[in-house]
Amino acid sequence: MKTMLRFITAGSVDDGKSTLIGRLLHDSKSIFEDQLSAMEKTTKRRGLQGIDLSLLTDGLQAEREQGITIDVAYRYFSTPKRKFIIADTPGHEQYTRNMVTGASTANLAIILIDARRGVLTQTKRHAYLASLVGIPHLVVAVNKMDLVGYSKEAFESIVAEFSDFAARLDIEDIVAIPMSALEGDNVVEKTENMPWYEGETLLSVLENVEREQDIGDFRFPVQWVCRPGQGFRGYMGRIESGSVAVGDEIAVLPSGRNSRIREIHTFDGPLLEAVAPQSVTLLLEEELDISRGDMIVKRDNQPKLSRTFEAMLCWLSEEPLDAKRKYLIKHGTRTSKIVFEKIDYRVNVNSLEQESGIASLSMNDIARVGLRAQHALAADSYAKNRATGSFILIDEFTNNTVAAGMMT
Amino acid sequence: MKKLDHLDILESESIHIMREVAAECANPALLFSGGKDSIVLLRLAEKAFRPARFPFPLLHIDTGHNFPEVIDFRDRRANELGERLIVRSMEDSIKNKRVVLKRHDQSRNAFQSVTLLDAIAEFNFDACLGGARRDEEKARAKERIFSFRDEFGQWDPKNQRPELWDIYNTRVHPGENIRVFPISNWTELDIWQYIRREKLEIPGIYFAHSREVIRRGNGLMPVSHLVKPLEGEKTEKISVRFRTVGDMTCTCPVESIASNLEEIIMETAATRITERGATRMDDQTSDASMELRKREGYF
Repeated sequence: MKTMLRFITAGSVDDGKSTLIGRLLHDSKSIFEDQLSAMEKTTKRRGLQGIDLSLLTDGLQAEREQGITIDVAYRYFSTPKRKFIIADTPGHEQYTRNMVTGASTANLAIILIDARRGVLTQTKRHAYLASLVGIPHLVVAVNKMDLVGYSKEAFESIVAEFSDFAARLDIEDIVAIPMSALEGDNVVEKTENMPWYEGETLLSVLENVEREQDIGDFRFPVQWVCRPGQGFRGYMGRIESGSVAVGDEIAVLPSGRNSRIREIHTFDGPLLEAVAPQSVTLLLEEELDISRGDMIVKRDNQPKLSRTFEAMLCWLSEEPLDAKRKYLIKHGTRTSKIVFEKIDYRVNVNSLEQESGIASLSMNDIARVGLRAQHALAADSYAKNRATGSFILIDEFTNNTVAAGMMT
Repeated sequence: MKKLDHLDILESESIHIMREVAAECANPALLFSGGKDSIVLLRLAEKAFRPARFPFPLLHIDTGHNFPEVIDFRDRRANELGERLIVRSMEDSIKNKRVVLKRHDQSRNAFQSVTLLDAIAEFNFDACLGGARRDEEKARAKERIFSFRDEFGQWDPKNQRPELWDIYNTRVHPGENIRVFPISNWTELDIWQYIRREKLEIPGIYFAHSREVIRRGNGLMPVSHLVKPLEGEKTEKISVRFRTVGDMTCTCPVESIASNLEEIIMETAATRITERGATRMDDQTSDASMELRKREGYF
């Protein structure tokens, strides 16, 4: 059975990030001949030799003209074991915003370190953001090992320094791999240049990292009520976490009314049990007044229902926060209004220091805030549940998405 | 407990996206061309909304240069599903001088945008669901699942809304609209595997058949009333199949003897050329062709 893994690559062009992605696609035979020939042409036109694998990840004309990357791009490759989705984010300006966006759907992050330069401020920033967004698996790719003579000592000292820093963060699983993306060492093929390294190659880690089946709390935000005619009243949505079975005792939030699951309907026939992230239609024993924005949960396992909550917020908009204004919050399938009650502190993403006395937030700022919503929201902490602990803020005048939030 | 494979997860993501559109957009439509990606979209819509009818009509922008087998298939499929199909044709846009072509047989792909934008205005659609995938092309790789167009139907790649988790901001101002791509994260191989798994019927020209073609550039041009050999070119009859079915004047088949889904999947897994690289003459004119068309309002 083929499974799926979404991951993000963090690092700058100088760390060889584009080359690494190019290498991964190339050695797993996911680059096509017409892409190769286009890359070869461009490399030649720029007066260079061979094929520059980093060209593969250059996207838009505007970027090619300016030689920069402006946004998150998604790449796809697959091996017989797994389908992979890479969120490829640029390493410089607007970094925080782009990395948070790319990381929000990822289960693994690759953090690139140039073996010659070691752990930099940027490395710490990347690791912090990965932990903030709740990525459970981190691969520290110590790249350009060919330029430090494949030295075991160089690798070990970088790993030691990184581990020291990472101990302050909340990341479940960290693996470090010495590699050279340019030479292909330990990316897809195991290298003979570093016989002292006994661990896995990058691809092997990506293929084997545990994608734990979600056995968390059952959470089902109602997306759409299906009433095609007499006798059928189904609540459509996706199981965000946990599982549900026919006969389960449920509660509907925010009303708190109770019922039991009568049927789990799908186009392919009824199910006795369904599990995250399946999209299904739930039918209940009782006729309750349920609409979009409500959440179906198990009676004996309910999230917190509250109008006020605290969250880590990443400000995404070029327009700074006006803390006196109301914003829209979209949380699951519910949209409501919120006001800011307080800004506790802003995180300096380079030093991890907390800066207090903050009145507004600008693009790329990360802060801990207190919010009050117009309606009660059924929510879990983000650390416990990425789906029911996350939200976005929308400016109701421009309609722009201005912030991403994670409930604490 | 059921183990979910990559197709289950992709399917569920797509259903979730479609239901968000149905719930939050006032007047959506689903773009259905009779091609394989939009055939998959229709199956996903069945999964998302049955036993109810679709909460949107199907819309096809007919270039007038489509393969007749595909048009027959389009009508039959819409009929089987019992869903409403709206067709707006470029012929009408040409008659009304909304589109002025230099030659009648030139590729109409780039001009579809005019007819599409006119249809959007006519029916006041605020969202169009489409079957584009990010693996198709560089510009698509950077496009959001919910992609906003200004009142001129234009896409601004530098000014896209950040898209986090699977919380979609669907709000638009009057006159603006959204293109929504529920199968953004699917690849060509995923599509074929899903067609096999769901036993979906597809137009016959996707399977290997004998066809008269002309070798032109790196591609094979199918001979038709619109495409005739130029001086010095000769035609030959070989076994081909189509990987995409678009405008007859710029959609090229590939040499193939894959006559069933199993063989197509084998070929797709082993192929060394991208889908658009092999089959679209209009994407080969420059490295940025798709990006430019999208900025003009192309799908």
